[in-house]
Amino acid sequence: MRGRSGHFGPSPSGQSGHNGRLLTEPAPVAARPPVQRVVEVVAARPVGAYVELTLAAPDVAERAEPGQFVAFAVGGPTSAMLLRRSIAIAGAANGAVTVVVAPHGPGSTWLAGLRPGDAVDVVGPLGRPFPLPAPGTPALLVGGGYGAAALVGLAARLRERGSRVVPVVGAASADRLCSVDDLGVLAGIVWITTDDGSEGRQGLVTVAVEEQLPDAGVVYACGPMPMLRAVADLATAAGVPSYVAVEEAMACGIGVCMTCVLPVVGSDGRTRFARSCTEGPVFGGDRVRFADVGRLRPDVVGADAMGVVAP
Amino acid sequence: MATTSPIWLPGETPVDMTTALGKAEIPSPVLTASGCSAFGRELEPFVDLTAIGAVVTKSVQLRPRSGRPTPRMAETPSGMLNSIGLQGPGIDGLLADELPWLAERGVRAFVSIAGTRARDFAELATRLRGAPGVLGLEVNISCPNVESRGEVFACDPVAASDVVSAVREAADPAQPVYAKLSPDVTDIVRVARSVVDAGADGLSMINTLLGLVIDPDTMRPVLGGVTGGLSGPAIRPVALRCVWQVHAALPQVPILGMGGIRRGLDALQFVLAGASAVSVGTAVFSDPSAVARVHDELAGALAARGFATLCDAVGYAHR
Repeated sequence: MRGRSGHFGPSPSGQSGHNGRLLTEPAPVAARPPVQRVVEVVAARPVGAYVELTLAAPDVAERAEPGQFVAFAVGGPTSAMLLRRSIAIAGAANGAVTVVVAPHGPGSTWLAGLRPGDAVDVVGPLGRPFPLPAPGTPALLVGGGYGAAALVGLAARLRERGSRVVPVVGAASADRLCSVDDLGVLAGIVWITTDDGSEGRQGLVTVAVEEQLPDAGVVYACGPMPMLRAVADLATAAGVPSYVAVEEAMACGIGVCMTCVLPVVGSDGRTRFARSCTEGPVFGGDRVRFADVGRLRPDVVGADAMGVVAP
Repeated sequence: MATTSPIWLPGETPVDMTTALGKAEIPSPVLTASGCSAFGRELEPFVDLTAIGAVVTKSVQLRPRSGRPTPRMAETPSGMLNSIGLQGPGIDGLLADELPWLAERGVRAFVSIAGTRARDFAELATRLRGAPGVLGLEVNISCPNVESRGEVFACDPVAASDVVSAVREAADPAQPVYAKLSPDVTDIVRVARSVVDAGADGLSMINTLLGLVIDPDTMRPVLGGVTGGLSGPAIRPVALRCVWQVHAALPQVPILGMGGIRRGLDALQFVLAGASAVSVGTAVFSDPSAVARVHDELAGALAARGFATLCDAVGYAHR
């Protein structure tokens, strides 16, 4: 998780709207199970502050759907780093899977240093894909930093189904923008914001989102949590369903470690600590209780057994 | 997958890998570890669950539990710290959803139970009597992520034996009862002796060690629960030492060894120290097929050393 925390305040709608009728259904599970493979890196290309890796991974590519991710073992066979690094799939075609790596710690830096010909152990595709709207529904896609990469496959799928696609891409600075060209090819125009004004409009993605929201039938977002919260709140306040792909820290990516949980409202209206890997990473934007991330509220299922009860 | 184990050459006599948990026979000595493979389902794409020794479930309690708020995890050198807080569906959810799924597929379940009072454990054991597919019980008296961290049962021989005797009395006689011990004690042999006297059919060793990581940027503990349980290869020598000491003192007591097992040669060390079966835990996070792989690597390592059966190698390092 890369944070620009503090940049986004709570939206005028306050909480994530979990008290009223919800605009989204939980995202369904993927059609096909994941595989584990040792695959070859076929291309490694620096893109601004990031590295785009292309992997020869036909079994993963043929199963992948937009919104899903892969989990890499890092550091080689004798690595002291035990935990997998989960990264959104940016592209899956012709037997190849593409991901955008943002080097920030030892594991992601190792990944970013992979060269063509290197082998890497990958598990995927993992997680629930973005649910698709009725054909033709106009869609607003919002990407923050390297999170924009997760929206490229979705944009292509939506275009195939006759949707007008409006991408908004934001980052701290121009070198941290991602997938602008790919989204531009698919959508024609990409609205860009940067915190420092080094490209596009200066400011947060929410400025552009507010302008584009009236024409949207559905909103999709991937990026840092404060951005997802702000975008989901705007969409919910406007009565537009939104789906967010979260970037929670995961140890395994496959649903066994229980570390990546978020408070999420289920189809029965009750809040549970839901795993971002197997119950996400795509959640209804009005189902994630962003204000309660990192807290245990009394109405979370099982909080009473932890000794947390309503006063 | 790259491996450091000796290759199992064609023509070598296959090693008889059958072993037992108490009186319950299992075809493989390699199991999952409690809390590291949920209830087994998620591993189905990666492992033949019917071929492994058993799925040791995440610890179940009487009521559903939310677990602790995030962050719940911090990576450490050759290990990780977790502070999950026993998130789980409770015994009703286990009996309604998880155990039937395992039983329908013929997967053996070794059910880990946890509670805050001896009678909670006994009630859980009662509810699990005769449950289809339940091979036995692992009594988690050593989770460091409970509310009253000063009161971990396994740190007190009397409290530990109270829980174990309550469980042994309530449990199905056909289900072996293993007590899971904590390494965070001065004398693990004393605790082991105490729970064996209380009726434990075997010992699971070890649970995580209590640890702490501080974020140098925020200058606060990383985990929401402040402290957490340390697991992974970093704790392997500690785990191995515990197995060694207890096997030396109580050679007739079966031990399910665990703590940082990542490869077949790691498992071999536990067997040589006295474990008759092993659990693979944190390694599953980095390699979801680790349980099956460790079985194959262990079989190869035993064959390469001339062992005809796994049982011949148990405790062999004590000669």
